[in-house]
Amino acid sequence: MTMKNKTNPGSVDQGASAADAAGPATERSALQRFLTVTIGPIVAAFLLSAIILMLVGINPLTYYGYILERSLFSGLGLEQTATRMAPLLFLCASLIIAFRAGIWNLGTDGQFLLGAVVAAATAPLLVGVLPGWAVLLVGFSLAAIVGAVWSIIPALLKAYQGVNEIITTLMMSFLGVLLASTLVKLVFRDPATTVPQTRTLPVADRLPRLFDTTISSGLIWGLVAVLLVHLMMTRTSFGLRLRMVGANPAAATHAGLSVPLLTLATFGLSAGFAGLSGASEILGVAGNVRANWNPAYGLMVIPLVFLARFHGVGAIVLVFFYSALLIGSESAARRLGVPQDFTLVLVASLLICLGLGEYIDHHKRKKER
Amino acid sequence: MALATETPTNLSPQKGTGIIGVHGVTKRFPGVIAVNNVSLSIHPGEVHVLLGENGAGKSTLVGMLAGLQEPDEGYLTLEGQKTRLASPSASLDAGISTVFQHSMLVPTLTVFENLTLGAPWYERPPRAAITQRMEELKRDFALSLPLDAITGELSLGQQQQIEIARALLRDSKVLILDEATSMLTPQGAEELGARMQKLVQGGLAVIFITHKLAEAYRFGTRISVLKQGALAGEMGPEDLRGMSEDQAVDEIVRLMFGREAGAASAELRASTARAETVLKVTDLSTRGDSNVMGLQNISLDLKAGEILGVAGIDGNGQKQLAEALAGQRALAGGRVEIDGEDISLASVAQRRRKGLRYLTDDRLSEGSVGAFPISENTVLKDIGQPPFWTNGIERPHRIAQHARDLIAKFSVRTPSETTPIGRLSGGNIQKVLLGRELSGDARVVVFNKPTYGLDLQNIDTSRQRIAEIASRGLGVVLISTDLDELMALSDRIAVMEGGRVRGILRNDGSGEVLRLRIGRMMAGEEEQKQATA
Amino acid sequence: MDGLLTEAFLSSLFTGAIVAAVPMLLAGLGEQMSEKAGVLNIGIEGMMLMGAYMGFLVAFKTDSLWLGFVGGILGGLMVAIAMAVLCVRLGLNQIVIGIGLTLGAEGLTALLHHFQFSRTYPRLPVPERLNIPGLTDLPVIGPSLFGRHLIVYLALLAVIILALLYRRTNLGMTLRAAGESPAALDVAGGNVLGIRVFAVLFTGAMAGLGGAYLANIGAGLFVPFMTGGAGFIGIVLAMLARGRPFWVLIGSLIFGAALSLTTALQVAGSNIPTDVIQMLPFAAVMLVLVLFGRRAKLPSALGAAYERGAR
Repeated sequence: MTMKNKTNPGSVDQGASAADAAGPATERSALQRFLTVTIGPIVAAFLLSAIILMLVGINPLTYYGYILERSLFSGLGLEQTATRMAPLLFLCASLIIAFRAGIWNLGTDGQFLLGAVVAAATAPLLVGVLPGWAVLLVGFSLAAIVGAVWSIIPALLKAYQGVNEIITTLMMSFLGVLLASTLVKLVFRDPATTVPQTRTLPVADRLPRLFDTTISSGLIWGLVAVLLVHLMMTRTSFGLRLRMVGANPAAATHAGLSVPLLTLATFGLSAGFAGLSGASEILGVAGNVRANWNPAYGLMVIPLVFLARFHGVGAIVLVFFYSALLIGSESAARRLGVPQDFTLVLVASLLICLGLGEYIDHHKRKKER
Repeated sequence: MALATETPTNLSPQKGTGIIGVHGVTKRFPGVIAVNNVSLSIHPGEVHVLLGENGAGKSTLVGMLAGLQEPDEGYLTLEGQKTRLASPSASLDAGISTVFQHSMLVPTLTVFENLTLGAPWYERPPRAAITQRMEELKRDFALSLPLDAITGELSLGQQQQIEIARALLRDSKVLILDEATSMLTPQGAEELGARMQKLVQGGLAVIFITHKLAEAYRFGTRISVLKQGALAGEMGPEDLRGMSEDQAVDEIVRLMFGREAGAASAELRASTARAETVLKVTDLSTRGDSNVMGLQNISLDLKAGEILGVAGIDGNGQKQLAEALAGQRALAGGRVEIDGEDISLASVAQRRRKGLRYLTDDRLSEGSVGAFPISENTVLKDIGQPPFWTNGIERPHRIAQHARDLIAKFSVRTPSETTPIGRLSGGNIQKVLLGRELSGDARVVVFNKPTYGLDLQNIDTSRQRIAEIASRGLGVVLISTDLDELMALSDRIAVMEGGRVRGILRNDGSGEVLRLRIGRMMAGEEEQKQATA
Repeated sequence: MDGLLTEAFLSSLFTGAIVAAVPMLLAGLGEQMSEKAGVLNIGIEGMMLMGAYMGFLVAFKTDSLWLGFVGGILGGLMVAIAMAVLCVRLGLNQIVIGIGLTLGAEGLTALLHHFQFSRTYPRLPVPERLNIPGLTDLPVIGPSLFGRHLIVYLALLAVIILALLYRRTNLGMTLRAAGESPAALDVAGGNVLGIRVFAVLFTGAMAGLGGAYLANIGAGLFVPFMTGGAGFIGIVLAMLARGRPFWVLIGSLIFGAALSLTTALQVAGSNIPTDVIQMLPFAAVMLVLVLFGRRAKLPSALGAAYERGAR
């Protein structure tokens, strides 16, 4: 079950490094390229979604305006937006590693939820036993380990049997989501509540808030995670090894790298960060996991990482806007009666327009030569 | 069948525009003019040889006749009528069948299915009709094929016969054979030549593309020489009839290269072998499967300063041998020693540090990472090593400096070291890879088809460099499918067939005699009286 | 749990297995054709969901199950057309677009359902069933095997028809050539893009029909996100079946049985949470992949767009 590396996410990287390498003489075309493959798709996606809004009888200007107003132009909204960024940033870190190393980790939802459940199950029990920072550290570490463990089967199958990881990670994700829910109901259930949910970490023991705001300091850790991952992938020998496996596994074998071991490392790191993402949501914001809770951020972050061309800083900027969109649309669901599922339509349009942007760019450059 | 019943008497091929006319055709690709204002006419009853070195535009011309590309300027005619071949099916409908250099069969389908490939999906395969016509082909052209065998399991020669049979089943008027002998033994090539004669006697027009001079004379009724995309000259049947082979080859060489070039390539290199053995391979074996040939009991030894050529038809285990030496392929048995030290279990990186270097034949998909800049590509085999990395952190300036040095030393033509290597030409990529393999203390360099696909100038430079590497005292294993190259450079030539070394011959400069012996071994005949070193 | 082997339990197990198997069977048969032709159709989950929504909507408005199935096919085709244009004609990345189409269909159906029905989930009337006197009255297997809606038997017929088409016509060979070495098919005069578009559209139609069955017969109503990964299971079935329609049938029955254990155990009065039982099909997929992953051979050009002359 071998996949040609044409289909691997690392191959999208080609355009990115080619653009990085272009000298100042091509600055103008670099700007054009940025318009075609970044701004263009975003604008097109919003337009496409606007048409769909109009079809169901909603004025898109009202809707988009409301989202902006609610998420960016109100103090509380901005703070909520910043707080929501934390888990999304950890997921970006997870996907940047995977995609740069040529692995489609589509199982981040399962890894996220299991990480969240484990953090929620252990942290409240440790309060008072361990100092506050240690409680959080244990919570985060366990979440990372559990996330990584949940990727072992797809990792081994990919590394040693060549089984397509798209399917295995998706299957493990479905399994993980259901397992997390089962664990909440059967094993980690808080006996004191009637609704099935885990014990709750007291607000005082969660990640500290920033200054006088309601923003969780998870944001800082998320930013650190994305930047560290970015530096690791671009500036270290380990990162180059992973990128090489992603860009051309045959060349990696030829250069003496162990492709199976590096594949395992990619899965472990990527899934570990997905687990951290779950923990950041629980230990920073929610405090507990309710049964059947699943924010399903995983697949939604994919277009952001692609749009950012796997670049850490770009991903951070996009996560900020996406987070604002989430906060705004949650509020719009209550006030304007547009279900939150609309963001799915927007994300889907973004993915498709992104593909079209790449297509247009590819053909433009072909013509130029 | 139509071909067999036609009599050769009604053929007067010399007159008119022929069955296909190529009129002032030009085709440009980014940065190159692949075909430049070429005019040809193809006549039934002739084997029309298109001769030229790699990159002369032969394949592009074939692509246009096969409907894969369309000319930017000029046009094609079919029996005098101006025509457009916009797709492969248009070309097939026009009666043109092409046997490409790389097999265009589906390896997992049966021979029968490949013969009927392209038919409408809703039809039932015409089993009985095909079986009957295959009987006719067997009688007329000695084409005998197992219809229910899986295509991928057949030899390359048999696969080529499938493609020829497919062309005949379609009642084609023109058959194009692109570098058809590159996968065949010298004897297999002779058989193909005889078959082509039979085909043209049946009224077919054959276009035979090759870069081998002798073949052009032996098989061709008419020879057109292409040079850098343009038509450099044409020799009609009348011209050829009046010449001996030597005269014809001289004339072709003059057309292809100008006068001087022919002489240099035939000269035998003076041996620079020294006494000490640098590489010793004993009973080396590797496991094979349906896709990969296994190696069996290969023993070789290589002296410092010696060039050991490895000959064989492509795909007889040469690549596996190179990989086993480099450490990319696990050994099932036997040992490999470098300077007397056993490295059978050493990794690629360990072997590299011991001085064993491997220059792969697959420059693009194995040797380099096309999207990465040249600078990173120069250190891909030293990731994490000082001075380019300290404690795992990259030192971009050191890497850039190293790359600039390499670019200067090996005269790589590139705008800068930050250019993605995939944008360079094959010859320049080859220089970068060679520079990478020669950096540090090299002891043994394994070259796998080092000049394949390069233009003439780069071929010459590469060969000189290989000779120069040997003269510096390094051991060289030179794997090549080009016998002339091996006979010009090697001290000894090992011949591989079916994953074994069939024999090792001293390159004694005996020319055609040696070539014949090598040819026989390539076909699998064991050499009885081995010329041992 | 001595109620486990009662007639009620077994009957609901068999019935449930078939009801659950049919959508996966249809999706798997559809995906099989795409995969043969070299298109990894991750968008199938979206095609199924769109089929479920459109199928339900049409059936609800027209009171006709058959028109509902037509609506389902059209719903699946709509998504498939997008897939065919973007991934086959333009050659965009099949995985990115596949995810996009699945997410898009999820969002769009949820949105449309919301504006159509607000928060209500109206039910369709219970469909009339085939009734073969004698056979349908057999104990345990009677109602489950012989008392189903006609569409079930059409799905079984599709297995046979596809198997015959693959074997007896050039279809199977042409699809395999498009999936294994599209360039070879192209130079032999075949139409690579044409056959791939055909395969993707067929997948969309089958997945849409499967979705409509899921909504109209299986559940009797539409709920957003109701396919819950059935399309992805279809992908796995197609991968493991290695091009044989009969293997898709067998696989879908096994997965169907795993799924139907949920209801069957509830009938038997077990108190295992539904989450655990819902895990069964996915766990089964993983188990099969662990055991037979190496043998799940995929065409060598799977996932790669074909562009003439590009090497």
